Amino acid sequence: MTAGVTPVVAVRDLRVYYGTPRGAVRAVDGVTLEIGAGEVLGLVGESGCGKSTLGRGILGLLPEGAVSGGEVLYEGRNLVGMPSKELRHLRGPDLGLIFQEPMTRLNPLMRIEDHFRETLEQHEPALTGNEIRKRSLETLGRMGIPPTRFRQYPHEFSGGMRQRIMIALALVLRPKLLIADEPTTSLDVIVEAQILSILADLRHNFGTALLLITHNLGIVAEACDRVAVMYAGRIVEEGPARDVFIEPAHPYTRELLRSTISLDTTELHSIPGAPPNLISPPMGCRFHPRCPSAMLVCAVEDPIEEALDSSRVSCWLHGPFARIPDGGTAPLEREEIGVAEEA
Amino acid sequence: MAVPAQVESVPAGHKRFVGLRRAFAPIAEARGMARTMLWLGAAITLGFVLVALLAPVIAPYEFDQFRTSEGRFAQLEAPSRDHLMGTNVQSTDVLSRIIWGTQTELKVVLISLFFSISIGVPLGLLSGYFGGKLDRVLVLIMDALFVFPFLLLAIVIAFLLADKVGQGIFTAAIAITVVYVPLYFRVVRNHTISIREEPFVEAARALGAKPFTIVRKYVFFNVVQNVPPLATLNAADAILTLTALGFLGYGIQPSDGAEWGYDIQRAVSDAASGIWWTGIFPGLAIVLLVTGLTLLGEGLNETINPVLRKRPRGPVDFSEPVESE
Amino acid sequence: MAAKGTSLRQYLVTRLLLVIPMVLILLTLVFLLMRVAPGDPVSAALGGRVPQEELDRIRDELGFNRPILIQYVEYLGDVVRGDFGVATTDRRAISDIIVENGAATLELTFFAMVVAVVVGVTLGLLAGRFRDTWIDGGSRLFGIVIYAMPVFFLGLMAQLFFGSYLGWLPTSDRASPLVDATLETHTHLYTIDTLIAGDWDAFVDVVKHLILPAVTLGLVTAGVFIRLVRVNVIRTMKDDYIEAARARGIDERAVVYHHAFKNALVPVITVVGLTVALLLSGAILTETTFNWPGIGLTLFTYLGNRDYTAVQGIVILFALVVVFASLIIDFVNAYIDPRIRY
Repeated sequence: MTAGVTPVVAVRDLRVYYGTPRGAVRAVDGVTLEIGAGEVLGLVGESGCGKSTLGRGILGLLPEGAVSGGEVLYEGRNLVGMPSKELRHLRGPDLGLIFQEPMTRLNPLMRIEDHFRETLEQHEPALTGNEIRKRSLETLGRMGIPPTRFRQYPHEFSGGMRQRIMIALALVLRPKLLIADEPTTSLDVIVEAQILSILADLRHNFGTALLLITHNLGIVAEACDRVAVMYAGRIVEEGPARDVFIEPAHPYTRELLRSTISLDTTELHSIPGAPPNLISPPMGCRFHPRCPSAMLVCAVEDPIEEALDSSRVSCWLHGPFARIPDGGTAPLEREEIGVAEEA
Repeated sequence: MAVPAQVESVPAGHKRFVGLRRAFAPIAEARGMARTMLWLGAAITLGFVLVALLAPVIAPYEFDQFRTSEGRFAQLEAPSRDHLMGTNVQSTDVLSRIIWGTQTELKVVLISLFFSISIGVPLGLLSGYFGGKLDRVLVLIMDALFVFPFLLLAIVIAFLLADKVGQGIFTAAIAITVVYVPLYFRVVRNHTISIREEPFVEAARALGAKPFTIVRKYVFFNVVQNVPPLATLNAADAILTLTALGFLGYGIQPSDGAEWGYDIQRAVSDAASGIWWTGIFPGLAIVLLVTGLTLLGEGLNETINPVLRKRPRGPVDFSEPVESE
Repeated sequence: MAAKGTSLRQYLVTRLLLVIPMVLILLTLVFLLMRVAPGDPVSAALGGRVPQEELDRIRDELGFNRPILIQYVEYLGDVVRGDFGVATTDRRAISDIIVENGAATLELTFFAMVVAVVVGVTLGLLAGRFRDTWIDGGSRLFGIVIYAMPVFFLGLMAQLFFGSYLGWLPTSDRASPLVDATLETHTHLYTIDTLIAGDWDAFVDVVKHLILPAVTLGLVTAGVFIRLVRVNVIRTMKDDYIEAARARGIDERAVVYHHAFKNALVPVITVVGLTVALLLSGAILTETTFNWPGIGLTLFTYLGNRDYTAVQGIVILFALVVVFASLIIDFVNAYIDPRIRY
């Protein structure tokens, strides 16, 4: 967080658990982060680490059976536990969400025009039909969708265009924060680049802050100011994107970066093991079974968050050393990690 | 939604059970209304099955018995101690006819279903998986048959067979078999086609698996999940068709056995005189059996069909400490 | 992939062309079925009632002695020209049968369908929306039990209760004998004919006769709709665009009514088409129960008399009706759902 600026959204110790007969799945297990106005924050992690749940959890858009705890502070109010009617008023004009699969996110029986009309009539009932049209066309125009296509149906657009329509649909209400849940994962590389440049420019064109959720580190490096790395329901490292990528503090971040393929790659690298079971995650640091630098203390005690320069990290390698019991820094002996662990 | 059956890693003897058990595991997880329907339907259906099996033991009289050594039964006698549901115009006991009728209905429907499935499912599988000319021809024939209203088709077939083969159980069974084959064919074929395009089937093909192996191991397992709910609901419908045939006089002959639809048809003329027991009881029997089968079928559908299945949920307690493995 | 919007017109034309092979197959099927029976249609219908020379003469006259292929070609030709021939037993022109009795069945099934849709779709929508509540359970149970009731049983009970016991409603025929005799039939649809004639009493009489059979048939059919609509509502509520709409803060009622229900009803329209087949089956049973002079009862009578020609004509009619009903349904679907237009 750039010091001194009030965040748009402040998440404090957010927990989202799903109840199952076998026990609660701790999808988000105590996450704290802040997003500043006009800032682009990337949220990365493997599949199943809880990042989608986090994104939806901020909006309160969770499936039945999910329970949230903690705080999500927006304009001084806590969104967790807010009555759904109030929360619904915030969804759209204050907090927006766009999804991964644009192909199925638009109602096939409604024209694009109808989608916009519905959204604007819901939140700004004072607008006249003409004003609605004008605003919709203007936002769509900024996304590169021509007015001639306003009355067409969703199936007449390609995937990339549908995603742009979704973004326009979210931005037409001028939200302060837009959460993008893997917005380019199902799009090809060229279209992806276009969408990314749109998203990266949000702050200039619309003044909107962006939480960009993805598993693709390349996107984050390109488009984000800050990045938060998530593992097994917790944030393990967070800081300015450049810093984190050039000098990753957490072993997991390091391993993630090493696994990325670039033109220099000569040999494939993967992180041994599999993401942990979120119903009963490992004791201590959740990454310790797969961590090449694991110490004895990592298997016993949850790491405590340490602040470094402008970032923070949860790893015993960075301290606080005063809290590590004697002998705890000795390397952890483990058997070879099995490949197919029950995840 | 398709589930790849991992049969390779399991010792040969357990192959089939693992797959089947996995297919039907959701039944154990059934909750709420689906569960109630499932068990209630199963109970009712089982009840009727038992009645059918135990008919010789529990029926007070034969289905066409109108006298005992003590003399002839009264005609159209109201429910009494000797005849709990009364007697009909031919002096036969209504209750006995209901019980024996259970046997008749279930017998015919089971035979027909067995044949419908034996013909419809394999045809659907082959047609769906291999496509081509065979598929086109079969689809055309099946669609044409499907166009006919079930009852009409059954009547026509029963009518035609009546001259050749004579009326009776056999004719009725054939009529019902023919009527429902297109249904199984169509459902199985559509499902096969959608599974055929699934990535895991493509992967199997890429690995060089022979077509019949693929059909047998992967496609069949997935498609067969559809059959129990469909068959149960189909049985319910078949009972309605069979009794309708009986009502119209094209079903089981009175000499072959008791049939509920036929009894109701006879009861129509009784109604004018205010005699209700000859018609109401067989009618209630039909309603109860069909309801039972439908509840069972719908219950199965709710639990097995992934679109409708509700994920079981558990309690959430934030203060609970982490228990590691 | 930017799909070009195919015009509705193109779709209609294509679809219409597809009907032709289907109809051809159906006609052939019926032709073969009728010929499969042993003996010839004439002896079957009139054998034993008419001397042998008469039989031979009639057989010759009706063309049953000629080779099968010629009979087939002529048969097709006749059908195309709308000439279905004459019933062997009572010499009634089959086209007359179709028009007069067919209209009776049309009237019955139309009102039955109205009842079925109103009751079935409403309960289905409610059941899907309020899944797992008592509304859902009650609607479904009602749907299941009512469908489990054979039409003739429900009809019988209705007759017993409303007719004999309460005496409120007539239990058979389309109209009282007086109205029947004096009505000028133009369309053969009694409800319309009485209105055209301006005879209010006759209209009321006809409607009263319609109530029991139409409601009986309609209720039983409603069971099908309840199940189907409910499943579709549940399925639709899981669709991605529903979640996306919620993410935009659209309120739940709008989401349910404008998105879920409308989309859920699309496949239901197809079911309405399929239900036509169901209604025709039910019509046969309803008409025999209530002595309603429709095409079902007529078929039944001719079957009993082994009048193959008449049966053939009527069965073709049934099949054609279903084919064209599904055609219309497809058109309506294409109009509503722009994706379907090939």
